Amino acid sequence: MSQSSASVPFIDALRDADNLRLPGSGLAWLDAARRENLQAFVAGGLPDTRAEAWKYTALRALGQRRFALGDAAATSHTVDPHALALPGIEGSRLVFVNGVFRADLSRLEALPPGVSLLPLSKVLEKDPEPLRFALSRHYREVSDAFAQLNAALSGDGVVLRVAPGVRVNKPVHVCFVGTPAQADLAWHVRNVIELGEGAELDLVEHHLATAPHKHLGTLVSDIVVRDGAKLQHAVLQQAAEESVLIRRGSVHLGAKSQVMLHTLELGGGLVRHDLHAQLRGDQARLDTRGVFVLRGRQHVDTQLSIRHQALNTASESVWRGVADERSRGVFRGAIVVAEGADGSDASLGNKNLLLSPHAEIDTKPELEIYADEVKAAHGATVGQLDERSLFYLRSRGLPHAEARALLTAAFCRAVFAALPNDTLRDHFSNALLAHLP
Amino acid sequence: MLKIENLHARVEGKDILKGLTLTVNSGEVHAIMGPNGAGKSTLGNVLSGRDGYEVTEGSVIFEGRDLLALKPEERAAAGVFLAFQYPVEIPGVNNTYFLREKLKIMQISDELLHRAVNEGFSGGEKKRNEIFQMAVLEPKLAILDETDSGLDIDALKQVAQGVNALRSPDRAFLVITHYQRLLDYIEPDFVHVLADGRIVESGDKTLALKLEEHGYAWVADRDPALTTEARA
Repeated sequence: MSQSSASVPFIDALRDADNLRLPGSGLAWLDAARRENLQAFVAGGLPDTRAEAWKYTALRALGQRRFALGDAAATSHTVDPHALALPGIEGSRLVFVNGVFRADLSRLEALPPGVSLLPLSKVLEKDPEPLRFALSRHYREVSDAFAQLNAALSGDGVVLRVAPGVRVNKPVHVCFVGTPAQADLAWHVRNVIELGEGAELDLVEHHLATAPHKHLGTLVSDIVVRDGAKLQHAVLQQAAEESVLIRRGSVHLGAKSQVMLHTLELGGGLVRHDLHAQLRGDQARLDTRGVFVLRGRQHVDTQLSIRHQALNTASESVWRGVADERSRGVFRGAIVVAEGADGSDASLGNKNLLLSPHAEIDTKPELEIYADEVKAAHGATVGQLDERSLFYLRSRGLPHAEARALLTAAFCRAVFAALPNDTLRDHFSNALLAHLP
Repeated sequence: MLKIENLHARVEGKDILKGLTLTVNSGEVHAIMGPNGAGKSTLGNVLSGRDGYEVTEGSVIFEGRDLLALKPEERAAAGVFLAFQYPVEIPGVNNTYFLREKLKIMQISDELLHRAVNEGFSGGEKKRNEIFQMAVLEPKLAILDETDSGLDIDALKQVAQGVNALRSPDRAFLVITHYQRLLDYIEPDFVHVLADGRIVESGDKTLALKLEEHGYAWVADRDPALTTEARA
């Protein structure tokens, strides 16, 4: 089911992959893992739309483009640190420019005891062994092509560990900045995040651009949340309008752990977000909330896969999509309640708003239940702005565009109501309004 | 202030207004009464610029401007206000939102303002909210579309009180209603009977009482030109 390998390698360096010098090169287990994933990618290529997971996202045009691997100037691009700041977020910050760690833009001095926050490139130099399990993964499916690429070619990223019982008061801020380079780049970032038993962390992930560019970025994040730990993870995606951003997260939840994810997708030309969550311990709870707001020819594809694997686990997912102009949104939410995960409670709702007759949204909630005494609900809708509400607001003197923006923002508002940081919540709201045409 | 001449309007291919003529001056309160289907709500919607109402003939001049050429928001800015028969619930949009400019002047603070527009409001609260917004927007011409519908007598009195408090020599009202009841509390200067898309009878407030006594058939009987539909 793969495309012919004629379009591989679409990343220049793949022709010469054996001579690549990535951080950690020379570690036998890492070299082997990189080689295996690279071979799998070269053999399979990019998936086409016959692969179920890529049904609505065609990669043919992407496969015909050429990207340079790595940016020799990544450590010297000028980036204004003020542009990286988010209101309400102070404290530690880790910054990557075109996929490469930038110590000069990062802030690591204020780390509380029990927290380790380092770039992957450094960890691979000094103490790679604890990452062996995470980085040895071999992705076999063609639909995992970007994870294969990432596993083969990533050399930097966030390594964040919170020791058991440690509560981190201030949010940790990780920033991925895209900036123009001599060529269109492919960069690959690998994040490994672990919260020990009973630990608590508030993590803010921001994707942004200093100027228009057409890079391809892939991020693979492994997040492990041990028993009783709590993670708040907020993602603001404002990548360059013509860039390609492929994110894949896997989250493992231990007993009585809690994870709350908030995502606001605004940027990017072609964006894909895969979230694979496994509720592995009894009474684990996962909340996912997300919005995408699209305009122009943006294409954003969100794929949630949530597996309940233990007793009395709960997940609640609330997602909204807004598509204007000629944009296209895709949402697939698959929930599996595995055998033995009795007493689980799963709900998933996805509502979408089409603002233009040329926009398109495809949504598909899926539910598979193999356990007993399960509460499960799912639903998806695609609609348009309510003409009566629009007329009502206009009849009170609001110009059409403002009334439209107001109703659109209202449609999305419920998603961020539970974001605990008020200032960040307002910022999300404003960013959303500003993105509407 | 408002001069409607020979207004014809069509909704979904059906002619509803068929030559309505009406002049309203500043400070006047006009009641438009009529049976169901006469075109009462169509008149309100045409005047406020709702989509789907096609004017096929006639003119509406408001303060010397062609009202029909303006967008709904421009009509609002020019001073036309429509109190909806069925106010829309808008979850997620604060009542303050489109009132905020005026609020700066009026310094209103009320729990009502911080609730979403009409969301979860009772019928009476929705209508009171309409009058409240009217008070804030200070229109020159206020059109009340069946404001009495769905209200009990206490809510009706409250709404009427609000309207009466806003009566002024600079402001005109077009009170659209099916029943005479509302006019006990909002006393009109003129009463017009709308039937089959036209005004078939005009008079002072005593006309409303006659209608109450004799029913709309009484008007229909006096005007042989009316269709049988309008008589029904």
